[in-house]
Amino acid sequence: MLYESYFKKPKDIAGVIAKVRDLAKMTGPVRLMEICGTHTMAISRSGIRGLFLPEIQLISGPGCPVCVTPSGVMDEIFKLSDHKNIVITSYGDLLRVPGSRRGDSLLRRKALGAHVVDVYSPMDALALARKNPGKEVVFLGVGFETTAPGTASCLLEAVRQGVENFSILCLLKPTEPALRTLVESPDFNVSGFLCPGHVAAVTGSDAFAFLPEDYGLPAVVSGFEGADLLCSILLLMEMLADKTPGLVNEYVRLVRPKGNPAAQEMIRRVFEPVTCEWRGLGMVPGGGFKIKDEFSDFDAARRFHLTWHEGKEPAGCRCAQVIRGSLAPGQCPLFKTVCTPQDPVGPCMVSSEGSCAAAFRYEL
Amino acid sequence: MDDIITLDYGSGGIKTSDFIDNLLVPAFDNTPLNKLADGAVLDGAERLVFSTDSFVVSPWKFPGGNIGRLCVCGTVNDIAMAGGIPKYLSLSFILEEGFKMWDLKEIIASIADEAKKAQVMIVTGDTKVVEHGKGDGIYINTSGIGILKNPRLGKEYIRPGDGVIVSGSVGCHGASVMMARSGLLDGDGPLRSDCRILTDLAVAAQDAGNVRILRDPTRGGIATVLNEFVEDSPLTVELNETAIPVDATVASACDLLGLDPLYCACEGRMLAVVAPEDVPSVLDALHRLSGGEKAACIGTITQKRPGQVILNTSLGGRRLLGKLSGHQLPRIC
Repeated sequence: MLYESYFKKPKDIAGVIAKVRDLAKMTGPVRLMEICGTHTMAISRSGIRGLFLPEIQLISGPGCPVCVTPSGVMDEIFKLSDHKNIVITSYGDLLRVPGSRRGDSLLRRKALGAHVVDVYSPMDALALARKNPGKEVVFLGVGFETTAPGTASCLLEAVRQGVENFSILCLLKPTEPALRTLVESPDFNVSGFLCPGHVAAVTGSDAFAFLPEDYGLPAVVSGFEGADLLCSILLLMEMLADKTPGLVNEYVRLVRPKGNPAAQEMIRRVFEPVTCEWRGLGMVPGGGFKIKDEFSDFDAARRFHLTWHEGKEPAGCRCAQVIRGSLAPGQCPLFKTVCTPQDPVGPCMVSSEGSCAAAFRYEL
Repeated sequence: MDDIITLDYGSGGIKTSDFIDNLLVPAFDNTPLNKLADGAVLDGAERLVFSTDSFVVSPWKFPGGNIGRLCVCGTVNDIAMAGGIPKYLSLSFILEEGFKMWDLKEIIASIADEAKKAQVMIVTGDTKVVEHGKGDGIYINTSGIGILKNPRLGKEYIRPGDGVIVSGSVGCHGASVMMARSGLLDGDGPLRSDCRILTDLAVAAQDAGNVRILRDPTRGGIATVLNEFVEDSPLTVELNETAIPVDATVASACDLLGLDPLYCACEGRMLAVVAPEDVPSVLDALHRLSGGEKAACIGTITQKRPGQVILNTSLGGRRLLGKLSGHQLPRIC
């Protein structure tokens, strides 16, 4: 069937791998960065990371929305969960994330009696609010342009239905400002980018044209199957070998150059850009989405007067460098010694998409 | 009897007797049970296998089964995997006040049906009722006793070169329960739990060749159980991804939910480590039985990375396959 034959088992995979290896002889050592947590996991799970070592290093950038959420924000969320009348709803990823104190998490708070519900969609959270009019239901909106339109449309639906006990803590982030901050940071050392296919499905592949145009870095918008990633690596290597950095869309079955205009309009309608802290990158101008003033009734940050200071990293935690790609997980002194998925110190280990968790679970 | 379970049914008084006399005894009718003593007196003086398991699955009904089928299969399979022939089960309910009698009857009918298939008798039991809001509808515990047939099963018998066999496609139970929990499955589709009795497959495998160890990969899936086979030993399990049977429906459901089929629970699958020369005969024996048609050799025992499980991926890469850490949580995108 389609699922088996096309996406999962491409025809000439050995040929693609051989071509990449040949190109690596021409380019010399290169470092390619993926900036999407799902890519991180797909590369590790399919065993691609080890295929081209040592010539091609595949490193993970700030692509996991959980990993770049500052610890100070988590501390505020924990405080919010103390209120008996508040139900916290969240994607599963966020439930294990510690704040500035090790061992604390929404899962732990839940076991101690806090109302914490994991949902697949913000609409599930809205439905929960309608069913429990006596409770305040807060949805933790995390993610990039991928989850932003769904969160925006849920907020508009809450407005339309007049659901007064529902609000969103908006932790959403646009990708471009953070990528620019990353590329301009002093320790940046990457030869090309694997760009996130799902973000590009919303923004359009053209949204990543600034990488070759402004910085001379080749970029390929990639799908998420192992075969997609192998083909994308080949495309990047061809551009590096030819010294012709450009933008290529490998994920043509889903991504258009201009993306999804309706989803983009939804984002513009509800959110505005704001300077925002990214774990690992610090304050990023325009690096966050904020709920517009006209919807402030549905903004949990304003409803519950939440503020957070720049987060303090746990002692010894090098997640910030790992997120920038300047340190490999294995180079962090805490990796596998005190920091494990069972007892994570930093977000790169706790999130299933984090590069440390991926390295711990999958790397030989 | 009432149309819902009330606290009275757990009181030990008249309603408890009603419940036992009218629902349980007719369903599981047999001599040791019918005496309704505190414990069952059983015939036999052979070496016994004894096991127990508790069942808290939510929702209690899912495509391909329900908590009733599960509570028989779970304990029966544990005994079969330990080299025993399952004979007797105990059955204990913890019911939440307000649970529908109609649903309970359906569950009990499933238990009776499955016990018949497994050729086990339900010979003793208990019922408690907790206040509304203090349970999740229904919890069940079963304990079981079987007669030991094969005392030579265990990790200590695994040798380098042995083959690793799985009796069918993996992850069906976990994926179908997760889909049902998400409201994405109505029961008419092809995705169903693999919940089934494994005694026949276990006996057939042991008759067909030298089986070193048997396990049913329930919680944590095949990845977790295979790790348990070799952890703290000088041995490695080396798996070939392309050889592992995964139904397309399970693969799609897992992609949708952000789960990994290798970590999803199976409730009717068996992992067997088998002496290298006996792999073909064991596979042949399994292929002849219902529920074993898709049995496959998915890997071998080596000594490349002591105590670890390695997966050779379909793209030609290699990676670790670790134990499940915490429960699987759905991912963002």
